[in-house]
Amino acid sequence: MLPAMRLPMTGLIAVRNLLHDRMRLFVTLTGVVFSVVLIAVQSGLFVGFTTSTSCVIDNTDADVWVASKGVRNFDVTNPLKQAKYYQVLSVPGVALVKRFIVQFANWRKPAGGMESIEIVGFDAITGMGKPWNMTDGDSALLDIPDTVVFDRFYLGKLGVTGVGDHAEINDRRARIVGLTRDIRSFTTSPYVFASLRTALEYTKYKADEFTYLLVKAAPGVTPAELARAIKARVDAVDVFTSREFARATQWYWMFTTGAGMALVIAAALGLVVGGVVVAQTLYATTMDHLAEFGTLRAMGAGGPYIYKIILWQAVLSALAGYGLGISISFFVVHNAGRGGANIVLTASMAAGLFFLTLFMCTAAAMVSIHKVVRIDPAMVFKGA
Amino acid sequence: MIEASQAHPAAIEARAVTKIYRAGESRVAALDRIDLAVRAGEVVLLMGPSGSGKTTLLSVLGCILRPTSGEVYVEGRLASGLRERELARLRLSHIGFVFQSYNLFPTLRAAENVMVALDLKGVRGDAAARAARDALDMVGLSDKQNVLPEDLSGGQKQRLAIARALALGPRIVLADEPTAALDSVNGRLVISLMRDLAKSQGRAVIIVSHDNRILEFADRIVHIEDGKIAERGAALAGTPLSS
Ligand SMILES: Nc1ncnc2c1ncn2[C@@H]1O[C@H](COP(=O)(O)OP(=O)(O)OP(=O)(O)O)[C@@H](O)[C@H]1O
Ligand SMILES: [Mg+2]
Repeated sequence: MLPAMRLPMTGLIAVRNLLHDRMRLFVTLTGVVFSVVLIAVQSGLFVGFTTSTSCVIDNTDADVWVASKGVRNFDVTNPLKQAKYYQVLSVPGVALVKRFIVQFANWRKPAGGMESIEIVGFDAITGMGKPWNMTDGDSALLDIPDTVVFDRFYLGKLGVTGVGDHAEINDRRARIVGLTRDIRSFTTSPYVFASLRTALEYTKYKADEFTYLLVKAAPGVTPAELARAIKARVDAVDVFTSREFARATQWYWMFTTGAGMALVIAAALGLVVGGVVVAQTLYATTMDHLAEFGTLRAMGAGGPYIYKIILWQAVLSALAGYGLGISISFFVVHNAGRGGANIVLTASMAAGLFFLTLFMCTAAAMVSIHKVVRIDPAMVFKGA
Repeated sequence: MIEASQAHPAAIEARAVTKIYRAGESRVAALDRIDLAVRAGEVVLLMGPSGSGKTTLLSVLGCILRPTSGEVYVEGRLASGLRERELARLRLSHIGFVFQSYNLFPTLRAAENVMVALDLKGVRGDAAARAARDALDMVGLSDKQNVLPEDLSGGQKQRLAIARALALGPRIVLADEPTAALDSVNGRLVISLMRDLAKSQGRAVIIVSHDNRILEFADRIVHIEDGKIAERGAALAGTPLSS
């Protein structure tokens, strides 16, 4: 009991009370661990999904996105016409405008069978919107007609083995010239990158159609100012800064589809279930030691002395449960990544979860504290 | 009526203490205008049939239970009217309790049990360890410092409880049937220990007991019946007085 010796007496009593009933301690820790892991995984999925919905926007070097009126997310929108390109180009403060195509298409695997994909067509000259995280091949090769790059994670899904393989997109040949890592789409359709020219061939777009205009601001012009200027001069379009567009897309996929809500509810459930389990076991421990608390009261201990013991029990349970739970969570996240789930667990999320766990356990302790507040020291003379 | 207060002021004193328990419609008059004063260095044995009000009186004297009417003085200080927190402080600084069922902390070792009491008074660290050792020496448990209560005999447990009660140096010790769970040898040992501690350190000691075997240790025996003091015996002839 060396570490316990350094604790104050209230902490020592708490440690001993917890260790006294190992089975109950096991249940307590299981409750905390369950809660920590569930919240970590659910919020990790939430963050993973959220960042994946906007990953192309976040990794494209544009200040402002121009889309057709009524756009609600990155993935689904109507095409724009060439006239908009010239209108935007003529807005003061604009340094550069590039067209960008995002369009669903069909991928025919070499061995037969179809998969839905999402074509991302970017300007190959500036490279604005080109794939990132390249692991194989070269995105510069996308200059060559009918070539594509996508994430290696989807090799199996798309029925190919790597760079050099061929498939068909909307009945047109496609050669793989590069692979990336960690570019996952939130929808079930993988992003497949191609040059604007190739993308136009793959999609059913007319030659003067595209999906977005990517705009760079002139020096000294902020994205917000630029967006405002474009809005003022170009009609029938929606204009966003990159940040706004990313947020709008995230919000759309996470909350209008219910996917985000499901994750939030599952995480909240973890908190509630963990809290209830801990409240239960702490309460049972408190009841077990009620006689001692009564004795303390009789001896002249104030209420806070006893609350401290109960809070120590809660905090120690939180610390042990969190330590175990977060380790398991990191293990799960690490292995889920290989299995395809995109779970993000950052240090700051782990820190937030630590305080959440502390909060959960201390809140659970309130049930016990409520009980001992009304303890009658006269109970000490009622023989055992 | 309060003859004790003439020579020495009473260490603890009840004046016209009445306690009525109310449970719904029914009322139980557990104490009926009790007067009792106990001097420092005096060992009083409180006897009476079951339900006569002994525990109630001890609780009221110990400032654990508020009387329905009447006053309790602890070292001359009026306890009635004090707030809950002040009463707790009064107990902490003046009164040591010993219980029939020991009320030890089962998860703490012997020395730690004593150190809890010291901790309440802010005595910590090495000072607490030393004081706990001294208290255990005093009750003959020097070799049991690191033993859990469950590994102590009944007599040893009660001695540990006494060590805990005395560690804070209370002027008043209240014990409710401290020997009821002990065999006669251990019962005598515990009572004589309490008596010695009262005599050598000038404490007022009130012991509730049914146990006739310990009559000889008392300076005075107070009989209580139906919440009233029935009879007040003088110190028995032949009682060993050490001072
Ligand atoms: N909390 C309570 N509520 C109602 N009545 C009570 C309560 N405590 C004690 N009484 C009643 O008060 C009377 C005195 O009880 P008390 O416990 O003081 O007796 P006692 O002399 O200590 O008895 P015993 O020798 O059995 O311990 C009894 O009639 C008892 O039933
Ligand atoms: Mg009693």
